[in-house]
Amino acid sequence: MEAAADPELQRFIEAETQKQRFQTLVHQLTELCWEKCMEKPGPKMDARSEGCFVNCVERFIDTSQFILNRLEQTQKSRVSFSENMAE
Amino acid sequence: MDGFGADFSVGGSSSGKVDTGAIMEQVKVQIAVANAQELLQRMTDKCFRKCIGKPGGSLDNSEQKCIAMCMDRYMDAWNTVSRAYNSRLQRERAKM
Repeated sequence: MEAAADPELQRFIEAETQKQRFQTLVHQLTELCWEKCMEKPGPKMDARSEGCFVNCVERFIDTSQFILNRLEQTQKSRVSFSENMAE
Repeated sequence: MDGFGADFSVGGSSSGKVDTGAIMEQVKVQIAVANAQELLQRMTDKCFRKCIGKPGGSLDNSEQKCIAMCMDRYMDAWNTVSRAYNSRLQRERAKM
């Protein structure tokens, strides 16, 4: 790809990819949190729902970090376990 | 989506050199369209579920009102989620 070698274009694509990753997750999270937080859409977004959406986003990211960490931990202990077995 | 690659040739000048600015414009437009479609599709799905209990012979008045409110609340939700996620990202970056 000759076009990809253009540094300006490359920077642009990187920035847009980053932005798009953000947008994709916002779409996903809005859908997910909508199920959890929206009972019946009223004439205004009430404070309770608003707070629920914020918490929903925060806890989703916490969950993803927790899972990542725990997977890493179990992976590590498995490695040291097999290393011990090899000795 | 077809024509994604084909559209790029429009920006090329006669010398065969690709016009970077034109490509960037094209990409931006395509991304905006894709995001609008994504939002529209999810919003339709969610508001159909919320507002249409039993599909009748037509969209009656109360269903239309419900859909209108649902659309507005879905946009609110989208913006709230976007802000919350963005501020979380900022905090995570500050931690590093």
